[in-house]
Amino acid sequence: MNPDPKSEPVCPIPKSDYEHVLLAHGGGGKLTRQLIEKMFYAELGNEYLTRGHDGAFLPSPGQTLAFTTDSFVVDPIFFPGGNIGDLAINGTVNDLACCGAIPRYISLGFILEEGLPMAELWEIVKSIRKAAHKAGVHIVTGDTKVVGKGKGDKIFINTSGIGEVMEGTSIGPEQCRPGDVVLINGTIADHGIAIISKREGLGFETSVRSDTASLNAMITDVLGKYKSVHVLRDPTRGGLASALNEISEASQTGIVLHEDRIGVSESVRGACEIMGFDPLYIANEGKMLLIVPREDAQGVLEKLKSHPEGKEAAIIGEVTGDHPGMVRLKTTIGTTRIVDMISGEQLPRIC
Amino acid sequence: MKHIDEYRDKELVDKLVSQIGKELTRPWTLMEICGGQTHSIMKYGLLDLLPEAITMVHGPGCPVCVTPVEFIDKAVALSLRAGTILASFGDMLRVPGPSNDLLRARAQGGDVRIVFSPLDAVDLAAGNPDKQVVFFAVGFETTAPAVALAIRQAELKEINNFRVLVAHVLVPPAMRALLSNPDIRLDGFLAAGHVCTVMGYEEYIPIAEEFQVPMAVTGFEPVDILLGIQKTLHMLEKGIVGVENAYPRSVKQEGNLKARELLKQVFEPVDRNWRGIGSIPLSGFRLREHYDRFDAGTLPGLEGIHASESGPCIAGEILTGIRKPHECSAFGKLCTPEKPLGAPMVSSEGACAAYYKYPCP
Repeated sequence: MNPDPKSEPVCPIPKSDYEHVLLAHGGGGKLTRQLIEKMFYAELGNEYLTRGHDGAFLPSPGQTLAFTTDSFVVDPIFFPGGNIGDLAINGTVNDLACCGAIPRYISLGFILEEGLPMAELWEIVKSIRKAAHKAGVHIVTGDTKVVGKGKGDKIFINTSGIGEVMEGTSIGPEQCRPGDVVLINGTIADHGIAIISKREGLGFETSVRSDTASLNAMITDVLGKYKSVHVLRDPTRGGLASALNEISEASQTGIVLHEDRIGVSESVRGACEIMGFDPLYIANEGKMLLIVPREDAQGVLEKLKSHPEGKEAAIIGEVTGDHPGMVRLKTTIGTTRIVDMISGEQLPRIC
Repeated sequence: MKHIDEYRDKELVDKLVSQIGKELTRPWTLMEICGGQTHSIMKYGLLDLLPEAITMVHGPGCPVCVTPVEFIDKAVALSLRAGTILASFGDMLRVPGPSNDLLRARAQGGDVRIVFSPLDAVDLAAGNPDKQVVFFAVGFETTAPAVALAIRQAELKEINNFRVLVAHVLVPPAMRALLSNPDIRLDGFLAAGHVCTVMGYEEYIPIAEEFQVPMAVTGFEPVDILLGIQKTLHMLEKGIVGVENAYPRSVKQEGNLKARELLKQVFEPVDRNWRGIGSIPLSGFRLREHYDRFDAGTLPGLEGIHASESGPCIAGEILTGIRKPHECSAFGKLCTPEKPLGAPMVSSEGACAAYYKYPCP
């Protein structure tokens, strides 16, 4: 069901007396009301949200629920391929998809910095609407606070999400078994490189766009046919390497990756070569790792490929009984090395 | 990716490994100078491919590792100074000083910015005329030309709030120091391809002859490194002493003449203390007198900073190849990338970081 009655909007910024966010916009008075009504209800409104109550009343589906929370503090807030708004929705939706759940309801908590241009907030709200519309989720409750200039960084967004777990699925890192196969739905490291490329002081030219996308439609489709999926994990911060290390640790299995099967776009590879970064450790926002029994791997791969977000899906590795807790990489030259957890943040190298 | 993939080609790798195996008649010890090469060796598991008779020892070519601690203390002090922006290559931020590092200085309110190029630091100065911008100039002959260019640009554009904390070091004097050390026995060198791209390799020829040690100028991809090893071994096995160029797609014998001229105009050699190794004659750069006003080292308040190394870190022995990272009792226990005791554990060119990041399966 499509929760959003609107089609593609061409909305000008709603008539506002203020070009920038003021402290009073978070004061709980008239300005707060105006902000909520003109910007949030106007774009995100639905039967749950616009009741304007302290909380939302949600119909109980009578089955297991998945519940998640996340906070978004990305800098810059606008980046090639998206902004903090669609990132927040997609990130929350994907966390629910990782639980084998159909995402339904999302809460939004805004922490705005005094002085944020109203036009930027409006852009973000519009992106939120679009992303929620695509993922089929309702924004059902929210909160807005404004902090003084210099006390925040333009805008932070906190979300919670509720989804209905698909019956017959049992998904979790501990389900990973020797003999399973590791798949991913496309190239890695696009989001992290898109962000770094725009960050102040590191403004090198690149065509890399963030891969931010909601993956619930693709995952629901896979789970509709393959209840046997053992693990779903979105390799966000820390990248592919960190996500797989967590899985191998939790399941006490070994994971072997094949370097030549892991897709990395030419531009991302180029940026990584220049900066001395390893794409295995760079964040993704539209990728899903799937660990499935070998006999279902080909079928799952075909399902993934039938979705726009999974066009470049690939089988990138397998799970072993030996080397428990360890992720190993077969390099392009035929040697093997261990892929460990990352230590701290990656910093650009000297030469 | 063009210019990369062909040097990570499995067939070529196998061919070189087999050539090396065929020619080898006795054990040899080779040192790769550059930390970038150390990381490639570990990342691609090249040690597993090489015959056991070849011992690779890792050299001092990690710029942030050999940067003396007193420079780190000075950089930290500058970053914490009101009205000062300290611009640095990212690699330097995690390197521990005696009491602090730049990452922690940033958390304490210091204004530390990561830049890719010293020219970005000049732009930073132009955009912040009310601030003093200091670029922390570390590195070998590789990074020094860009620093020289930045200083010349600042002079040309009359940007007077730009200064440089010069901690540059030079490779050939360090090679001489290593070869003069009776505790270190090396049969051959892989010279650093990036340094030679700038400087050429003419100055290596007399070193090879004086110490009777063959060398190959070597690149950084698996095929490059194996080719460097193969060429050095060939000279060793045939009893030839000389310098071969195994990285001709980047290196010319005379180097980059424009860059060399620029270095000569802006810098002059000076005795330099290498972290963990000690003082090496004429192994560093300082600004020539004409550029005094761009020297951050002469800013008031820095005179008293004379830090020295302490603690169990054996970085000096690591950087001179006397011991390997895993032979250090602190390795992976007291000393990890999260809590480093010495610079080689944090730098992307540090040998300890390479061993930690790419443990042998």
